[in-house]
Amino acid sequence: MPADFISNLYVFILAGFVGFEVIRRVSPLLHTPLMSLTNALDAIVVVAAIIIAGRHETRLTTILGAIAVAASFSNMVGGFLITDRMLRMFKSRSKQQ
Amino acid sequence: MTAFDLQQYLDFAYIAAVVLFILSLKFLSSPTTARMGVLCGEIGAALAVVATLFTPGLHEYRWILIPLIIGAGVGIPLGLVHMTAVPQRTALSHAFGALSAAMIGIAEYYVGTAPVTRFEMGEIALEVIIGSLTFTGSLIAAGKLQEILPQRPVVYRGQNIVSLSVLGAALALAVALVVNPGDTLLFPIMVIVALFFGILLVTPIGGADMPTVISLLNSYAGFSAALLGFVLNSKVLVVAGALDGSSGFILSLIMCKAMNRSFTNVMFGAFGQVQASAAKGKEERVVRSATAEEAASILSAANKVVIVPGYGMAVAQAQHKVRELYDVLTKKGVDVRFAIHPVAGRMPGHMNVLLAEADIPYDRLVEMDEINGDFPQTDVALIIGANDVTNPAARTDQSSPIFGMPILDVDKAHTVMVIKRSMNPGFAGIDNPLYYLNQTLMLFGDAKQFVGAIVRELAGGH
Repeated sequence: MPADFISNLYVFILAGFVGFEVIRRVSPLLHTPLMSLTNALDAIVVVAAIIIAGRHETRLTTILGAIAVAASFSNMVGGFLITDRMLRMFKSRSKQQ
Repeated sequence: MTAFDLQQYLDFAYIAAVVLFILSLKFLSSPTTARMGVLCGEIGAALAVVATLFTPGLHEYRWILIPLIIGAGVGIPLGLVHMTAVPQRTALSHAFGALSAAMIGIAEYYVGTAPVTRFEMGEIALEVIIGSLTFTGSLIAAGKLQEILPQRPVVYRGQNIVSLSVLGAALALAVALVVNPGDTLLFPIMVIVALFFGILLVTPIGGADMPTVISLLNSYAGFSAALLGFVLNSKVLVVAGALDGSSGFILSLIMCKAMNRSFTNVMFGAFGQVQASAAKGKEERVVRSATAEEAASILSAANKVVIVPGYGMAVAQAQHKVRELYDVLTKKGVDVRFAIHPVAGRMPGHMNVLLAEADIPYDRLVEMDEINGDFPQTDVALIIGANDVTNPAARTDQSSPIFGMPILDVDKAHTVMVIKRSMNPGFAGIDNPLYYLNQTLMLFGDAKQFVGAIVRELAGGH
């Protein structure tokens, strides 16, 4: 088994635990913004897409990479935008007056 | 030498991004700090993207910048949709995320630098299968939520056997590819079979189960990104994918618990088909109804009112009228709170967003477990567009298809008022004994108009 795989597995398991503990504490009030925010964070795959598209190794891989750049970047932009729009609407009673 | 230095800077940028991502989710624990969380996420993502543009070996910036502009052009309108459309927007973004992960996995298979080893082939195959099925599955879910596709569960005999054999075929192709990674003909077939499985997976699932399905797809999209991190040996993808995957997984668990269902039951059960045999001998059951005027006088005499909103409220666009009702009652010194069932709305937390949009303060929105103990001391429970989540049969009637599902105990309030168009059963097609109780008053009519009429009575009256 490649050494890279083992170190990635360590990172994956630790990040999974961190995620579980952090997300467990998110108020159920904010579960919709949570989903759109994690979606925007997940769009970080755009960095891998940029590398595939920019290396321009074959026509096929470049096109696949370019589609991936557009799809994930739209998630990143749209995800942060809608999360912030939703969170701006949450006001407490004291703030409203 | 410079290339080496650049790679180090890149790694530092990615580590900073990962730290900011975790902080971003941590700030989401409270509504007061949540927007700070978005800012952290944005800085982290921007840092990682800008750093990546300096990666050594990139020379075709056209193929990067044009897709980035297209992505922003698609993403901005998707970030500006109406709050009732957030569930389908979210399903669509799961589809985009999965598409992106699948495309990169496929490209990685065809990149000719070094032949793919068997181990790498296994990783790529698994990643591409999950990405592909999540892509089509999420598109179907988005179509159902947008009501382009039928909301009812679509079922036929032997469905589960067909679906599972398609999945089996995709996995068998993956195994064949691991045995012989060079077989470039099998790879596209495997992708097509996995895409097909995603359609079969979500098509049978009914509208009532969408909160669970959307959470599960969230989880799959996250894990496919994490697997892509394994394929590319990119820790930032592994971490972001693990965070997204575990978030979706936790939400799925919460949704399943809120509906008293198991994962397998959601995926293979086709809820809503049951069509309750609970016709229960057609004994005369009396329903009492009331006018807006009567409802207004009962509400103004109350001390404690709990409003139970359901998706029907949002469909009727009644949330702004509900906000007016909240205002006028609060001015009269009535304590008004909102009881939120975890599956109210079409995705986790959706109802909170809809009420927050109508400017109802979030400290008035109370989760089911917190408010259930207060119903015996509640004068009026006003139900607007909710049905199954208030059905006492879930507690008492073992033959009911929703038996065991945690519900809001509205039947314990002194008076129950239900705004409803007619006596037709709800989404899941289950009769609700709540409507025949002595303390229940049915308010027949459109939610928006009826709430408006109550508000006029309250404001015009005393």
